[in-house]
Amino acid sequence: MDLQNQQRIKDAAEKYGPENVVVILGSSDAEGAEIYAETVSNGDPTFAGPLAGVQSGLAVYHVFEQEIRDECDANAWEEQISMMEMVLDPEKLSEAVSGIRAQFSKYAL
Amino acid sequence: MATAGIKGYAYCLNHAPETGFHYGNTPFIERETKGETEFLRELPSFMQKYEEARDYAPNQAYIGGIGLEALEKSPQPWYVNRMTGSNRYGAYGEIMPEDEFLGLMDICDVFDIIWLETSFAASVREKLAASPVMNDKLLARLEGGHSADEIAAETAHKKALPLYFNGAVVGCARNGHEVDDCLFAYVLLENLACKAGGVLSLLHLLKNTGMAPEEVDFVIECSEEGAGDMNQRAGGNFAKAVAEIAGCVNASGCDVRGFCAGPVNAMIAGATQVASGARKNCVVLAGGAIPKLYMNGRDHVKKKMPALEDCLGNFAVLLVPDDGTNPVLRLDVLGKHTVGAGSSPQAVTTALILDPLERAGLSFMDVDKYAAELHINEITLPAGAGDVPLANIKMTAALAVTKKAIEKADMMTFVKERGVPGFAHTQGHIPSGVPFIGHACDALKDGSMKRAMIIGKGSLFLARLTNLADGASFLLEPPSGTGAAGAAVSKDDIKALLLEVLSELSGKL
Repeated sequence: MDLQNQQRIKDAAEKYGPENVVVILGSSDAEGAEIYAETVSNGDPTFAGPLAGVQSGLAVYHVFEQEIRDECDANAWEEQISMMEMVLDPEKLSEAVSGIRAQFSKYAL
Repeated sequence: MATAGIKGYAYCLNHAPETGFHYGNTPFIERETKGETEFLRELPSFMQKYEEARDYAPNQAYIGGIGLEALEKSPQPWYVNRMTGSNRYGAYGEIMPEDEFLGLMDICDVFDIIWLETSFAASVREKLAASPVMNDKLLARLEGGHSADEIAAETAHKKALPLYFNGAVVGCARNGHEVDDCLFAYVLLENLACKAGGVLSLLHLLKNTGMAPEEVDFVIECSEEGAGDMNQRAGGNFAKAVAEIAGCVNASGCDVRGFCAGPVNAMIAGATQVASGARKNCVVLAGGAIPKLYMNGRDHVKKKMPALEDCLGNFAVLLVPDDGTNPVLRLDVLGKHTVGAGSSPQAVTTALILDPLERAGLSFMDVDKYAAELHINEITLPAGAGDVPLANIKMTAALAVTKKAIEKADMMTFVKERGVPGFAHTQGHIPSGVPFIGHACDALKDGSMKRAMIIGKGSLFLARLTNLADGASFLLEPPSGTGAAGAAVSKDDIKALLLEVLSELSGKL
């Protein structure tokens, strides 16, 4: 995750409180999604960015997870997301992020 | 129908591992901010030798050493199953070794920015003299060189950046200004490398087309670099600077930018100028980007695989009026990602692929190949960025399913038949569709393909000016074989004119 995005997430968590921030990932790759999820919940594993060593415990989801889908307008989902469900592996991506969430997130939706 | 002919193309790589190790953005920033870290200590043992880069199948596909079918048949990982018997030169261009590239940068330097050590300059001169695209005039631009002491003093006291070959300092890129950060040595080195790459591809293009440099009318450059000073940070103009070195004395030029969408926009700009008759011909070209060398190197080292991002990528395409003998770029049905289109993959794919097809009265199945973002997957997969070309063709297939152009069960057949394997380096402007123009035109000429779509997408949001992305696309079709078209008068135009005159005449009678 690039340094600027790490900073934006850190700033949001500080401003609104970690219990009020939910990170939604749209990563297309399961391995990448795991790293991003870990970065925002348990700190940057590469120790390169502002979230290095920051165990904020933020709630993190992949956009394909059911909890996020339930929050979305069905028409908007159809228009914006449905095509990508055919392209990517929603199950694998959801598992990757929910696994990290179970390990490191202190908060949830 | 407005069209422009594609008369020729050139694709070259500059193997530049040591330049990348020192000045690629990832290692450079790591060194500047953290010193000699474990990653920097380990990276050299994962860097490829010239022969390894030359024998890497995607690199051969890029320069036209092999076709894309051969690339697809070649077993992955390509960095394990390297080719045998491959050459430096392919049908489109070459993979130039790093020492010659440093010499080429000196040839392209008109402000005494590059200094080469005397014996290194002599050895490079000998090698460059054997190149089929070099000539005496170009070689005369290569300096005699400077002593190692002069170079050491310039780097120690005057903020020059050392240039390396085989682990030794063989020259330097000098600082252009004390306080203007647009003219610091790093920026000048980056820009000169880009210029030199553009020159190399232009020289190959002239050779491939048999065109004299004096015949070039206009050059459009579409890399991602910015040349300027502190009062006009990216004032330009790479195009004219490249044309000057290549001896295109009758040409002028300008630069077109748009991140990875730049080349497709530049092709459209060039084709439009040619088809309208504003230019006799137009070369669209771009050199490579030093900062992107080893961009994903950290992940490659972590996975203990070769750090593959060691080549600068460049290209040149010659656009001419459509005389019926060349493959054509259609200007009547361009894909455009509008401001209001939305940024979801669905919206982008609709704007760039479906909309132009509908306007052309075509279906998804009327295009043989879709080429968007042709990154080599062995570079991006280990970095967690996925298989970019595969994701793109899957998006096209998925859109075709949602529009009921194909059955869902046929999606993967569509992907297999109409996708293009990634064979371009992560150089930003290079992966985005344009590397396929050469292979596509070959197939359009020999009749094995009837239509291809070239798609460019650019991450404009990186510049912090807008959250929007950009994109553009165009269709390539075979030579019509029917003589002049495009801006010239077509058969339909004549028919319409005759009918008009006859109708006027009958009215009068």
